[in-house]
Amino acid sequence: MKLNLNIWRQKSSKDKGHFEKYTANDVTEEMSFLEMLDVVNEDLILSGKEPVAFDHDCREGICGSCSMVINGDPHGPEKSTTCQLHMRSFKDGETLYIEPWRAKAFPVVRDLIVDRSAFDRIITAGGYISVSTGNAQDANATPIPKMDADEAFMSAACIGCGACVASCKNASASLFVAAKTSHLGILPQGSVEQKGRVKKMVAQMDAEGFGACTNTGSCSAACPKGISLDNIARLNRDLLKSNF
Amino acid sequence: MSYLTSTIGKKLLIGLAGLGLSLFVLVHMAGNLFLFVGQEAFNRYAHALTSNPLIYVAEVGLGSIFLVHVVLALLLTLYNRASKGSRYARSAKRTSASFSSKTLHYQGIVIFAFLCFHLRTLKFGPEYEITHNGILMRDIFQVVVDSFQNPLIVGAYVITVLMLCLHLSHGLASSLQTLGLNGEKYDGKVKLIGHAYAFLVTLGFISQPIFVYFYY
Repeated sequence: MKLNLNIWRQKSSKDKGHFEKYTANDVTEEMSFLEMLDVVNEDLILSGKEPVAFDHDCREGICGSCSMVINGDPHGPEKSTTCQLHMRSFKDGETLYIEPWRAKAFPVVRDLIVDRSAFDRIITAGGYISVSTGNAQDANATPIPKMDADEAFMSAACIGCGACVASCKNASASLFVAAKTSHLGILPQGSVEQKGRVKKMVAQMDAEGFGACTNTGSCSAACPKGISLDNIARLNRDLLKSNF
Repeated sequence: MSYLTSTIGKKLLIGLAGLGLSLFVLVHMAGNLFLFVGQEAFNRYAHALTSNPLIYVAEVGLGSIFLVHVVLALLLTLYNRASKGSRYARSAKRTSASFSSKTLHYQGIVIFAFLCFHLRTLKFGPEYEITHNGILMRDIFQVVVDSFQNPLIVGAYVITVLMLCLHLSHGLASSLQTLGLNGEKYDGKVKLIGHAYAFLVTLGFISQPIFVYFYY
């Protein structure tokens, strides 16, 4: 199949950036979206042009590197990461707009690559347990209700890709921060430091310039891991409690 | 203090003020149902409210809550817009964001404009007088009837109340979420509460101008 691509090209964070038109020929529906871009890039290199820069790493849906907005949807039309998106999700002759995550806190480095180190700084502010918890214990050595373990696990599924920020009209990082504080705070090992953790991580989130959550729910819909909005309610609750 | 200056703290203040205003619109709607009883009942209800010296305390309180809600929401909306920077070339298809949640600030602007008009025509409107049971009081009923003879005013009221319905249906649930009152235990109940409350207030408020227009 053939696709008409409008890809965001931007030389650096200082450059204004613009869309450029490309045609992707001989696309098969078995290709992943990134493989399609690889083919486009090979053609660009062969014709002596600069290839499109995009982030990617594991290409198996777990690292969260592949960040791009396809026709307004972070990671594209399916509930997956871009690397796990296949061209069978598109029609022959379709026109696509491919652009980077849009948020002031995620400045564009080049083309489709944004700098997501704001997330790393939020984690550095408190997204950890500050004592060594040792090696993995025997199962059930620390009794944790199954419901809690499952809930913490669901929150821990966040891969930090930033689709939540990208989809939010306010560029809020609430879902990311809430997933990170929840997966630690629900478990006994992490709950001890929860008060300080939420305070520090929210302060860092604000310092990075992410917007405020207005509960539209677009983050959860865009999240390739389906992180629920309940996490944000828990973060709000935990932050409120941290004052007492 | 750092809590109240955080984005979450500001939202909590907006939400709490919003919950206060939600309670006010419900009480206001319920009180206005005296319109259906008749001229004397409505006037005596309004007189009981306005002749109570506590009304000034209530008005200052309500005005302050309103200011907190509007000013903080305005500031936060501007901040949020700056945080986003630019928009996408295409709008998202895979989203659960409701129309009401995306247009909250526009609804707010319409409701604010309406409020100015509403205060001007009713609260600070003509001072007709009438005597019920030997007590001289303002004939606010007549002011309401006069206003709602004009189909344009009735139309404007209905449209604004529908806007208020959208505002409440997202705003109420959103405030509860900001207070942390959501999770598996509540399982969708928070949204339902918001919708039900908005529907009730809307039904009551819309019925009043339509009733006056067709009955009087």
